[in-house]
Amino acid sequence: MTRQMTGANMIVQALKDQGVDTVFGYPGGAVLPIYDAIFQQNDIRHILVRHEQGAVHAAEGYARSTGKPGVVLVTSGPGATNAVTGLTDALLDSIPLVVLTGQVPTFMIGTDGFQEADTVGITRPCTKHNWLVKDTDKLSGVIHEAFHVATSGRPGPVLIDIPKDVQFANGTYTPKGKVATGHYKPTVKGDIAAITELAEMIEKAERPIIYSGGGVINSGKGASQLLRELSNETNFPITSTLMGLGAYPASGDNWVGMLGMHGLYEANMAMHDCDLMINIGARFDDRITGRLDAFSPNSKKVHVDIDPSSINKVVHVDLPIIGDVGHVLEDLLKVWKSRGRKTNKGALQQWWSQINEWRAKKCLSYTPSETIIKPQYALERLEALTKGMDRYITTEVGQHQMWAAQYLGFEDPNRWMTSGGLGTMGYGLPASVGVQIAHPDALVVNVAGEASWLMNMQEMGTAIQYRAPIKQLILNNERLGMVRQWQELLHGERYSHSWSESLPDFVKLAEAFGCKGIRVSDPSELDAAIQEMLDYDGPVIMDCLVEKHENCFPMIPSGAPHNEMLMGDASTQDAIGSTGAVLV
Amino acid sequence: MSALRLKKGASKKSAYDLKDPNADVIETHTLACIVDNEAGVLARVIGLFSGRGYNIDSLTVAEIDKEGHMSRVTIVTTGTPAVIEQIKAQLGRIVPVHEVHDLTVEGDSVERELALFRVHGTGDHRVEALRLADIFRANVVDSTLESFVFELTGTPDKIDAFADLMRPLGLGRIARTGVAALSRGK
Ligand SMILES: Cc1ncc(C[n+]2csc(CCOP(=O)(O)OP(=O)(O)O)c2C)c(N)n1
Ligand SMILES: [Mg+2]
Repeated sequence: MTRQMTGANMIVQALKDQGVDTVFGYPGGAVLPIYDAIFQQNDIRHILVRHEQGAVHAAEGYARSTGKPGVVLVTSGPGATNAVTGLTDALLDSIPLVVLTGQVPTFMIGTDGFQEADTVGITRPCTKHNWLVKDTDKLSGVIHEAFHVATSGRPGPVLIDIPKDVQFANGTYTPKGKVATGHYKPTVKGDIAAITELAEMIEKAERPIIYSGGGVINSGKGASQLLRELSNETNFPITSTLMGLGAYPASGDNWVGMLGMHGLYEANMAMHDCDLMINIGARFDDRITGRLDAFSPNSKKVHVDIDPSSINKVVHVDLPIIGDVGHVLEDLLKVWKSRGRKTNKGALQQWWSQINEWRAKKCLSYTPSETIIKPQYALERLEALTKGMDRYITTEVGQHQMWAAQYLGFEDPNRWMTSGGLGTMGYGLPASVGVQIAHPDALVVNVAGEASWLMNMQEMGTAIQYRAPIKQLILNNERLGMVRQWQELLHGERYSHSWSESLPDFVKLAEAFGCKGIRVSDPSELDAAIQEMLDYDGPVIMDCLVEKHENCFPMIPSGAPHNEMLMGDASTQDAIGSTGAVLV
Repeated sequence: MSALRLKKGASKKSAYDLKDPNADVIETHTLACIVDNEAGVLARVIGLFSGRGYNIDSLTVAEIDKEGHMSRVTIVTTGTPAVIEQIKAQLGRIVPVHEVHDLTVEGDSVERELALFRVHGTGDHRVEALRLADIFRANVVDSTLESFVFELTGTPDKIDAFADLMRPLGLGRIARTGVAALSRGK
């Protein structure tokens, strides 16, 4: 059943066929026909952002919290270039997005027309794939293929550039099922011989650790369930990257906390001293490995990943398994159970007592204060006051982001949205809008630093327009805290441009936007302030004035191995050697 | 267990200083990719090499299947074994890339390149150039009283060798196509 329609109507029809309910976008000359088509229907809701970067981050928040692809619609030229940061962010964190950009009409391409930019050229390195569609007959096919590419294999952002004449012209609509999605079919089933080898390794391991990542979240809820089963049935300790938090519950017995540069002491020590490392859907990122030649020197390493290019990219592994983590975990559990559910219980018990010794160091302890709100304390209180709630957290980038990862517990997948790979300041506020649009009744809190928050604060306007009751918890240290920390550690305490001398009055800003503002600076008033924020039926900006010079610990200094962590009470001056200083 | 604190001034190696154990082994590999012949596909391949800092020694591309709109891209690249593996995996990730073959490890293959040489000269040099061309089985495709254009097909080594010999005899411009390669038999 093929039908004739305009390109613009085709776009709306294809989105409906793909089950899209929400589009984040911003209009302009080159997408007016599409906006006209959107105006004449009610199935797809369009959320008008305030900046195209905000649209992409909002779509990321939507995607990450629902497991569905996020959809973005922006105009040509500046609309498209404003989307580039978001695309790169989504590429590095493997977030499925379909971004539609308008383009000047085909006959004007190459003439430096008004608002013409080489969008496919600019976005080629920051998308999983992109298309320029010059023929209306091909448009619906490309859109369906785009959803397939964005969501299969390792997910990622894709972009379709659509010239204005292609939107106006009539063409034949090809429904979803009729489109050949091409040859792109990533392997999802893992090699059963390799999986059996892993089962044998599990049976023998004396000091195992499961190191899970964002791939488990991307694989879907079933994968998180299987991961829990694997850890619980084997009694293996489990750590996770920043991107993987929530796949295994923070309250679970075998949880040893996040690993990496600001990960927990016990997690990093266990990674360093283990004899079997099972990497499930993580990618040996440099924030995780620390110094490579000293990375977990005595372990056998297994890597389960859907992307073959992740295997042996930075760390050589002993057993690669290419496949979707959900499928691989399912097969692994089957094989391991059928072989008698064996583990080396005696050795495991010793390993756990070692881990418990590390835990006893209480690496997250900090010096409390009765006069100043410590940022860690603010997060502990947020955690306590939202206990048991189905809560969604987004963050900006900086110290507050790491503290949020350390002090908040995640019980379920898809509840934690943060910019991991790219570290994009300005991600959290628009992401929280996207999450709230997807989950209108849930509690959505953006844990922010004042500097990051200012980068996309215009999106408060979006939140207010759509009555998205997002809570902006700004841990205001009046500093680019993370930059300040690095300057203290490796640039002789020369605080070059790491604070802004004029911050806005966030409470007045809240009023100006038309939402509630709360300021708190006294630790004794903190609980009441957080409660007021939680209870308020609408968006809130909370200016939480915190200690200005707090450093984020534990920390593996750049260029150091896992077992040389800096702890809270350590002397931090000159902690990073000159060769480590070239690292970021 | 291990040091909690770092000694002041403790020297630590940067991850960028770390040597791949095979880092001294630089290999040359010939890769063949079968790709959709669509706009921008070559830019994707080249962008991958420039973006990730890989080397391209030679690159050729042409459509090999008109109906199926497929092209063959032949790339000669150098790198450590680990880098070569990464290059192949990264190429395989590009959506319009259907197949990636490493002809260097997939058994015997033949490699050919075509080159045109303009050689200027008169008298003895001219005679010697013609004689050497004959030995190399190069064809004369153009001639004036003061110059020849030779066409030579062969391995890149053979083309290099011919160029070396022609240099003292008045070698002018050279045009090379880059390597086309195919596995034997099968
Ligand atoms: C877009 C962007 N620009 C610069 C940076 C570098 N950077 C990382 S953290 C940081 C400071 C963040 O300050 P703030 O948001 O106040 O968070 P804090 O560290 O103080 O908690 C900066 C500038 C970045 N990550 N992203
Ligand atoms: Mg700050």
